[in-house]
Amino acid sequence: MIDIFSLSVMDIVNWSLHVGLAHFLLLAAVLFSIGLYGLLTKKGIISTLMCVELMLNAANINLVAFNHYRPFQDFSGQLMAIFSVAVAASEVAVGIALAFRIYREHGSIHVDELNNMKG
Amino acid sequence: MNEAVNLIHGVVNWGMGTAADLDMGTLIDASVFYALMWVSVLSALGVVLCKNVVHSALLLTASFIGVGCLYIYMSSPFIGAVQFLVYGGAVAILIVMALMLTRRDDMSESNPSRNIWCRVGAAVISGLFFCCMALVTLLTPFKNVTVDLGDSVTGLADMMLTKYIIPFEVAAVLLLIAMIGALVLAKGAHES
Repeated sequence: MIDIFSLSVMDIVNWSLHVGLAHFLLLAAVLFSIGLYGLLTKKGIISTLMCVELMLNAANINLVAFNHYRPFQDFSGQLMAIFSVAVAASEVAVGIALAFRIYREHGSIHVDELNNMKG
Repeated sequence: MNEAVNLIHGVVNWGMGTAADLDMGTLIDASVFYALMWVSVLSALGVVLCKNVVHSALLLTASFIGVGCLYIYMSSPFIGAVQFLVYGGAVAILIVMALMLTRRDDMSESNPSRNIWCRVGAAVISGLFFCCMALVTLLTPFKNVTVDLGDSVTGLADMMLTKYIIPFEVAAVLLLIAMIGALVLAKGAHES
């Protein structure tokens, strides 16, 4: 544990200039939170999909950052990121095909108006 | 006022005193990181806050490209290239195509949000999530050890075709299934 109350301004400046794992984890947390906010507030299906992509991207940043800043002997983190990109690409393809189909059947892609699964 | 003067004095002193600790490389590293970080974060905010959904899609691409540059910064050029090709190219084009196919009217108010209470609740939830993650990250003393692993493309190919061959094949099958599924969903199975 780090005692945050005994840190001086110099420590903070020094910490922010030496970019490391924590910076990337914080960036990923920011991107994930923005995606979560959008996921909870947006009404359109495609906007929701875009926010899901933001969240997946944040997870990828974590994978690559851990692989770079920890003493790993291989590229397993980057490999996980590649698989995650493949899954995200297939997810967005199927999601957009679903959105297109829903638009043709219902004439609307607002999430709130889709409340029956008949037909 | 006094605090500001003290802060400037402190920065100058620290710049003089610990010059050995802080070389030009560190400064350049930090400025590159912060530039790319602001590109990604501000365009991600734009995705959520823009009124026009086409602007959101383009800002999403900007955010992806910023993150791809960060991958290259982390000496993972292959992941950066994959990010540019898949996210910055394919996903962006798919999303813009889908937007144009599913909308006939005016685009200017095409990215509606829910009402104000829902937005406040979402902001509280995501803010709490961020605070938890930031606390955990800041309270953990990470030691940054960078190991030079050599050429990442060679290493990734070796791993992908030996130890991780089954996930690799499963990913290939998954992409095929997704492609066929997307075709069937978009066109309809019973239509000729």
